[in-house]
Amino acid sequence: MKSWIAFWNILKKDINNYYLKPPNISWGIIFPLSWTLMQLIRSPGGSILELLPGLISMSVLFGTTSMLAVTITFERSGRSFERLLLAPISLNTLVLAKISGTILFGIFNAFVPVIFASFFVDLRGVVWGFAFFAVLMIAITSSLMGLLIAVSAEQVFEAQTFSNFFRFPMLFLCGLFVPIAKLPVFLRPVSYCLPLTYGTDILKGMINGVNIFSPALSFAVLLIFAVLLFVVCRNNINRKWIL
Amino acid sequence: MEMVNVRNLKKMYGDVTAVDGITFDILRGEIFGLLGPNGAGKTSTINMIIGLSRPTGGDIAVNGIDVRKQTKRAQALMGIVPDESNLYNEMNGFDNLCFCAALYGMRKEEREPRALQLLEQFRLKDAGKRPFKAYSKGMRRKLTIAAALIHSPKILFLDEPTTGIDVESSRQIRDMIVNLKRQGTTILLTTHYIEEAERICDRIAFLANGQIVASGTVPELMDRVTHCHAIRFITGENAESLAPELQTRFEGTVVTINPDHSLVMVSKNRLSLLPVMQFFHEKGIDVYEARELRPSLEDAFVELTGIESSAMKKEKEKGGRR
Repeated sequence: MKSWIAFWNILKKDINNYYLKPPNISWGIIFPLSWTLMQLIRSPGGSILELLPGLISMSVLFGTTSMLAVTITFERSGRSFERLLLAPISLNTLVLAKISGTILFGIFNAFVPVIFASFFVDLRGVVWGFAFFAVLMIAITSSLMGLLIAVSAEQVFEAQTFSNFFRFPMLFLCGLFVPIAKLPVFLRPVSYCLPLTYGTDILKGMINGVNIFSPALSFAVLLIFAVLLFVVCRNNINRKWIL
Repeated sequence: MEMVNVRNLKKMYGDVTAVDGITFDILRGEIFGLLGPNGAGKTSTINMIIGLSRPTGGDIAVNGIDVRKQTKRAQALMGIVPDESNLYNEMNGFDNLCFCAALYGMRKEEREPRALQLLEQFRLKDAGKRPFKAYSKGMRRKLTIAAALIHSPKILFLDEPTTGIDVESSRQIRDMIVNLKRQGTTILLTTHYIEEAERICDRIAFLANGQIVASGTVPELMDRVTHCHAIRFITGENAESLAPELQTRFEGTVVTINPDHSLVMVSKNRLSLLPVMQFFHEKGIDVYEARELRPSLEDAFVELTGIESSAMKKEKEKGGRR
């Protein structure tokens, strides 16, 4: 019960202090919208439905990794993160509380292109239940990657640089722009090691009916990634921040 | 009965030894001071006790709980005030206190009255709804102390609580510390202000180069550097001419005359005042004041640590005007 009180208040504090701030809300809307418009302008005849899985994935990936890496680095530089480390709550509760706000922000980001697309195409054929779980899993794994970046960064600008170092190669290797089958052979194993590959694949299946892995396999792989990243993040915090 | 036991505590950062096998106990309800210049190992020691840093070696127990094995259980008993205020700039004073209370599992109906009580106690009630970033340095420090007390901890750790803040706030904070002790809270305080340690600490440990050079009560520490006894007399006119006679009458004493014409008698053994007063009386000299001259804590610190007090003073200036 005591852990739950701490968890809920950390989450509430993060939402109020960071995610509900006007610059972040506008980022959460403008960024996915810009991606969508950019894709439509680049390929005017292209189907919005075909673009949608990629746009959702990118929106979640960029929203979550940036936010968590930056907010935690910011709290660490102001030393307020120490307050959380010194509280009598487990590191598991702390990590869960910190990523929960980002996951919610990621989900919000994901549905901006969906709402935008709903004005132009009929989305009734989309399997929303699975699509939502795919978004949730992408948000969880991306948030944890953001946390992993935060553990390595000392300054906010470092967190931003590290984030891009991860994100851009991921975008090109996860099958969003170039199908995995068309990637050079030596890069394909890398694609299979990226959680975004599986999340995007589920979304493609649920929105367009085209996927290369079975959704069950993708969900299982995403779950494994989530658990592994959680354990690594937890251990890294324990090792690097409790000196 | 001890609240904190530290045994052979050691901390190394690579090849650098920050804390070099220190041992001390803090008794329940006392104010224990760690006094030393920057880099002496004060913050490293506190960080290990509060569980923010892993010791390279040694043992720490707080209220009998092994901090290395049951860190979170021990942290529940601690209130921690770091050397820099670490509350949330975006939140107001009241919300900051409530948030800190929630981290200790306090329910809304418990934390809100407690936060109001502390704002009142720390004379911050009017500032309670203002964002933390709008607070002055003194107010920030007071709110940080209030946040550390929100869950009524058994032991309070104060790292340089008055560094860099104004005289009035410093005085208020020192009064608060003394009041907390009266209420039964055990306090570990680090400071490089010698007079602050002297004024409020029950016991002090001098820390230099990661080692405890000396520890004890203020009189105990001063006794360690008291090699002779001296009494200063402020007398009426013509007493200066009596100095040689005074020295002859009281064997083993050295009598000197200060520029302000007062007489100072120095002796290896403690001097009895009555015969000296009789001597002055016989000679028809009025004595207005007789005061024992004792070394200050600063003298004790300089002699025992080998660190010049000017080094501490420089840090004091760096810390801000007081």
